[in-house]
Amino acid sequence: MNRLTTVLSTLRERRKKALALFLTAGYPAADSTPGLVLSLAAAGADIIEIGMPFSDPLADGPVIQQSSATAIGNGVTITGILDGIRKIRESSTVPLVLMGYINPILSYGSDRFFRDAASSGADGVILPELTLEESVRFKTEIDRNGLSQILLVAPTTPSERITAIDAASGGFLYCVSTTGVTGSAGKGTPEDFLFRVKACAKKNPALVGFGISTAAEARHAALLSDGVIIGSALIRRLSEGEPVASISGWVRSIREALPAT
Amino acid sequence: MTGEEREAVLSWPDRRGYFGPYGGQFVPETLVPALRELESLYESLRNDASFQGEYHRLLTDYAGRPTPLTFAARLTAHFGKGRVYLKREDLCHTGAHKINNTVGQILLAMRSGKTRIIAETGAGQHGVATATVAAKMGLDCCVYMGEEDVARQRLNVRRMEMLGATVVTVRTGSRTLKDATSEAIRDWVSNVKDTFYIIGSVVGPHPYPLMVRDFQSVIGRETSAQVLEAEGKAPEYLLACVGGGSNAIGLFHPFLGSSAIMTGVEAAGEGLDTGRHAATLTRGRPGVLHGSLSYLLQDANGQVQLAHSISAGLDYPGVGPEHSALKDSGRVRYVSVTDSEALEAARLLSRLEGIIPALETAHALAYLKTMMMETRDDDVVVVSLSGRGDKDMETYSTHSE
Ligand SMILES: Cc1ncc(COP(=O)(O)O)c(C=O)c1O
Repeated sequence: MNRLTTVLSTLRERRKKALALFLTAGYPAADSTPGLVLSLAAAGADIIEIGMPFSDPLADGPVIQQSSATAIGNGVTITGILDGIRKIRESSTVPLVLMGYINPILSYGSDRFFRDAASSGADGVILPELTLEESVRFKTEIDRNGLSQILLVAPTTPSERITAIDAASGGFLYCVSTTGVTGSAGKGTPEDFLFRVKACAKKNPALVGFGISTAAEARHAALLSDGVIIGSALIRRLSEGEPVASISGWVRSIREALPAT
Repeated sequence: MTGEEREAVLSWPDRRGYFGPYGGQFVPETLVPALRELESLYESLRNDASFQGEYHRLLTDYAGRPTPLTFAARLTAHFGKGRVYLKREDLCHTGAHKINNTVGQILLAMRSGKTRIIAETGAGQHGVATATVAAKMGLDCCVYMGEEDVARQRLNVRRMEMLGATVVTVRTGSRTLKDATSEAIRDWVSNVKDTFYIIGSVVGPHPYPLMVRDFQSVIGRETSAQVLEAEGKAPEYLLACVGGGSNAIGLFHPFLGSSAIMTGVEAAGEGLDTGRHAATLTRGRPGVLHGSLSYLLQDANGQVQLAHSISAGLDYPGVGPEHSALKDSGRVRYVSVTDSEALEAARLLSRLEGIIPALETAHALAYLKTMMMETRDDDVVVVSLSGRGDKDMETYSTHSE
């Protein structure tokens, strides 16, 4: 058990839905991330995903493309991101999941990356370009270091494949709610997809992400799943310069909108 | 290479789309089912007589194949040795080899039942070739093109528009082929249900590098028969420019089992040491971009570096996975020439042979002056004349001395 799996099972026992928030590391400023993580956790986030910026984020919409470019311009590197995690761990046990494109990890050295991620205090990884088939190549290293490898399913994923991906996934199952890039607006979460996930994925809690931006959307998605992930909507608020106190208020309102299980 | 190594090279890719360690499928889950469908569709048609018949009929009746193999008498005299031939892909309909591939992929699109076509383009040749076949088949077509390329290849933008395609100007990142490709992939992720993505080179996730290679291999097969007819033997040297690498693999692949010496020419831009170049195989290291593992121009942190070339079609920090494997195996050698060497070669070919080549092609031609130093008197050299230079007239005139 790591912090992630512990928190998820506690939530289940308490019949609560999970709220995960995504931040781009090093955004808006190079050293913003540790402070933001602590504030968001205090406001009610159960899990924080820390996005490791990449120059060519091809599964992301304009908001995260922009935050990634700014973060790279701020000089963010994997080494810096892991230092930030160590800093968070001085005062918080909130589960931290590293999310990113594969190339910077290959460049850092994948074995070294999983080892350093775990020792700095990360609990899991989400690598959206790694398909079920490609994820096998890192499984041993990820397991050895006690990290959860969180895999994704999408509305286009056939039912048997959902079962196979769930079986290979650790921590939770990431349900991509729309056929599109991150931040795709207003298509709503297809209910038939989440019904299929519920029927096919029995091993992990299912969390829904991509394109959820309001408390109402979060509530709707959570009714059909074990929790929600919010990314672009948070990054957009940061990009507009909204004060952290106000963002925390928004996070609390989402937390309160989530139904009990 | 040992016989065993040669066998391995000829068997690529494996079932998971790997050429040695390169290739694969690095894509968001949303696209995986579409790629699976495409794999099985292509698998079922690859050796299907009616599909191949239809493909070759279109190449003949519509695209203008076979293309001639032209003996370059004055160019040969200029070097004073060897026998230089030009494989005339510039004479294909739309002016470059790109149509060989789009004809094949549009037939796959028709069979897949998808109604909307998307493509990325750098020089605009692939965009034009895609818009052309989409018009012929009556399908909607949307082409992504970087802002810098829209400016430097304006003629091709007008052509795509006249053919009824929508050209989307990409203003993110490098504003060239790399970001046009990223935007096309984002479109595909968002519209995968009704959209077929026609990739323009031997790049992207499996099965694209395989399909595009197969569709372009007509270049090498024709060359083999034509050289045999003209010279009574196989060519000793093959030479082609490498952007993503489709015209090069098309020429090379049928000869991989032969003893021909093959050279791929990348763009050295303003010079390899200026940092402003697109010499991926020469200066890159393995990494993942746009769905496959291959050599990649990247910085110490694994961020993709901006490429630079005067030629929009070579201005790309990645390269096809099969070329990465061919480089490591030593079967093909990869070199680079600068912007100014390419411009000089374009002028030389125009004056000596009456053919104005595309800037991409000019890179292959520019390496002749180095390569001809090693050839023997009767060695046959075939250059892939991948495209014609109409689209580059503005660049040629601004750089004329
Ligand atoms: C005439 C011509 N040659 C070569 C290329 C480079 O592509 P590839 O390396 O895939 O042949 C292009 C690309 O736009 C082109 O237009």
